[in-house]
Amino acid sequence: MNHFLILSALLFSLGVYAILSRRNAIMVLMGIELILNAANINFIAFSRYSTGTLDGQIVAIFVIILAAAEVAIALAIVLNIYQTFNTVNVDEINQLKD
Amino acid sequence: MDLFSVIFYVFAVITLGAAGIVVFSRNIVHSAFALLFAFFGVAGIYVLLMADFLAVAQLMIYVGGILVLLIFGVMLTQRQIAVDIKTGSVQVIPALIIVSALAGTLIGMFWVTTWRSSGIQPVEPTASKIGEMLLTTYLLPFEVASVVLLVALIGAAMIARREKQT
Repeated sequence: MNHFLILSALLFSLGVYAILSRRNAIMVLMGIELILNAANINFIAFSRYSTGTLDGQIVAIFVIILAAAEVAIALAIVLNIYQTFNTVNVDEINQLKD
Repeated sequence: MDLFSVIFYVFAVITLGAAGIVVFSRNIVHSAFALLFAFFGVAGIYVLLMADFLAVAQLMIYVGGILVLLIFGVMLTQRQIAVDIKTGSVQVIPALIIVSALAGTLIGMFWVTTWRSSGIQPVEPTASKIGEMLLTTYLLPFEVASVVLLVALIGAAMIARREKQT
């Protein structure tokens, strides 16, 4: 089971790196997706090896649902930001209203 | 090394390699397509963990839905000249330091801890059990999740289609 956990730790770290260092808002979203996948691997690994019930898989389903909702909303916001500021660079977007 | 380990390492290498391309590639389209392989790798890991329903859900929702949405986002937000499709990184050194510290801590913790184990359960299809649990034990979160999805979709449509005021 340790191998699955370490895989998810590495995936999580790559996601955090994407969020910290990339400037494109869509790259930040991809980092979030990697992090959610890492969390799901953890949930399912524990569900398989530690508890022996399916509760971890249910939680993973809810994570997937929320990831879908989150990506839809975030992309709508990013498109709006692009229309307003003409950029998706998260360093240049520093106004809440114009 | 048995077959299980071999398959695990194959999927792990696919996942981590694709995720590495996602994170380090300078071309955002390459990143989006590498994300496809990362999701496939994770689905393979789910199959290895006997989560058959989740593996299919992962393929349908992530690959079929989220990835298509992300690629739409990439296409719609790049400048029309198509030259400026590159995307840079900032603060590489501090980010690398933080991330390696984080990864080291997590891996160390995962490696040292002795997790409570209930032994390997027999393999059986999970779809019917998951459906049963969703409609009994987890009925309230299930309904809340459906409302959240509805609200999110209506909200996304509202935000994306909002008329420009002046």
